[in-house]
Amino acid sequence: MTLALIAKIILVVAIFVLTLAVAAYSTYMERKVAAFLQDRLGPDRAGPWGLLQPLADGVKMFTKEEFIPAASEKFLFILGPGLFILTALMTSAVIPWGPALVIAGEVIALQVADIDIGVLYVLGVVSVGVYGIMIGGWASNNKYSLLGAVRASSQMISYELAMGISVITIVMITGSLSLNDIVGQQAQGTWNVLKQPLGFLIFLVCAFAETNRAPFDLPECETELVGGYHTEYSSMKLGLFLFAEYMNMFISSAMIATLYFGGWHFPYMDKLGLGPNTLAFLGFTVFFLKIVFFIFFYMWVRWTLPRFRYDQLMHLGWKVLIPLALFKYVGHGGI
Amino acid sequence: MQSLTNRSRVVSKKTMNFWERIYLPAIFGGMWITIKHFFKKKATLRYPEETREFSKVYRGLHVLKRDENGAERCTACGLCAVACPAEAITMVAAERKKDEKGLYREEKYAAIYEINMLRCIFCGLCEEACPKEAIFLTDRITPSNFERENFIYGKDKLVEKIDQRIDVSGRQKHITEKK
Repeated sequence: MTLALIAKIILVVAIFVLTLAVAAYSTYMERKVAAFLQDRLGPDRAGPWGLLQPLADGVKMFTKEEFIPAASEKFLFILGPGLFILTALMTSAVIPWGPALVIAGEVIALQVADIDIGVLYVLGVVSVGVYGIMIGGWASNNKYSLLGAVRASSQMISYELAMGISVITIVMITGSLSLNDIVGQQAQGTWNVLKQPLGFLIFLVCAFAETNRAPFDLPECETELVGGYHTEYSSMKLGLFLFAEYMNMFISSAMIATLYFGGWHFPYMDKLGLGPNTLAFLGFTVFFLKIVFFIFFYMWVRWTLPRFRYDQLMHLGWKVLIPLALFKYVGHGGI
Repeated sequence: MQSLTNRSRVVSKKTMNFWERIYLPAIFGGMWITIKHFFKKKATLRYPEETREFSKVYRGLHVLKRDENGAERCTACGLCAVACPAEAITMVAAERKKDEKGLYREEKYAAIYEINMLRCIFCGLCEEACPKEAIFLTDRITPSNFERENFIYGKDKLVEKIDQRIDVSGRQKHITEKK
């Protein structure tokens, strides 16, 4: 019992640190990928290959002036980024990070909480995330922030529907809402992306929209809305907003990998004849590589596609993705 | 109607077919293009470590030359200042004293000679105007600075040091070959 408890605490801290580290280095990766896709070199002055750049950015953020507009709602203004980053961190609790470890005869699952409604939990927490943006944007008392916040909320609502429906088909295949079962099922059979290529596409597009990434980054569209919902934010509060966006990206990459790409599973995993602990380590590495690939994919798309117009965004969400997802869902249920 | 330049194009308003309307092939095409750029040679130059290769006739920072004996060639005739289209050059002439024979070649010399590097357009007309082969443009770059005053280069920065002569023959050779 105590061993399991200690392992769980270690796991919680490790995932927390991992999420922060990945988010920090995603900013570095974003700049590098952007630069490389544009035939540039990107940051290379802080440390070897610019590897200390996130640290320098952090120091910069902390030493900037902390500014709270006089006309803003102070409590909510401070609450906004906190809520956003809280929800971004909460989602990682249900993701299975690897096959179970076996230490001293006890099985320790590499998952903070194997709750049987894992998928619902993720969808729920993600939709709370928009409150951070909404509260922050509204409390700024600035028309651009408000517009950004309104855009963010309507975008999230529109795309959550299609996302939810495409996840339901996954749940129908698996017969369980637990993420652990979904991965286990894929480990025995084939990955869901092969069974559900269209569902994967819908989920992917919705994931882009949910994380406010280009081409769906209308809430913070610089050209129209100055900075969108974080126009009035400065110092580390702005940093938290930006940081949380990268965390969301990390978590949604993990979700894509879990739901459609077999989570920690890789082909011929059980034929290698390895011990459970080696397998757990390998599984985690594979899962992490999948996540890094999807983060790269996010960036790759961002630096390729132009931003949607707002009516195009709504058209895609309501008139294309939801009918497609519904059609798939009904078709799958019928069969 | 006859077009004048042959560059006009008739706008086509053809409706998109199914594959064009779902945009996915176009999106993948775009991503293929960007990923190709990912592996291409980068255009960036890491400046202080690497420098760009200049053309042989590059016109950079000026130098006031000394002659073989180390005396300043400039005689403060003011032709460079007259030739300068940006009016960047100013000078104050002075008469050479008896004991200064080793310092200045002619009897008249520039007591103050200043080029404002923020005005200068590096056209090289001063070099062409100079009858005494005193001022030349070199392949050096004007270093950046925080203060505007520091861009007014006096004789301390323009005149070459006796023990560190600046070679201007490369550019000069190419100019004369061209002629």
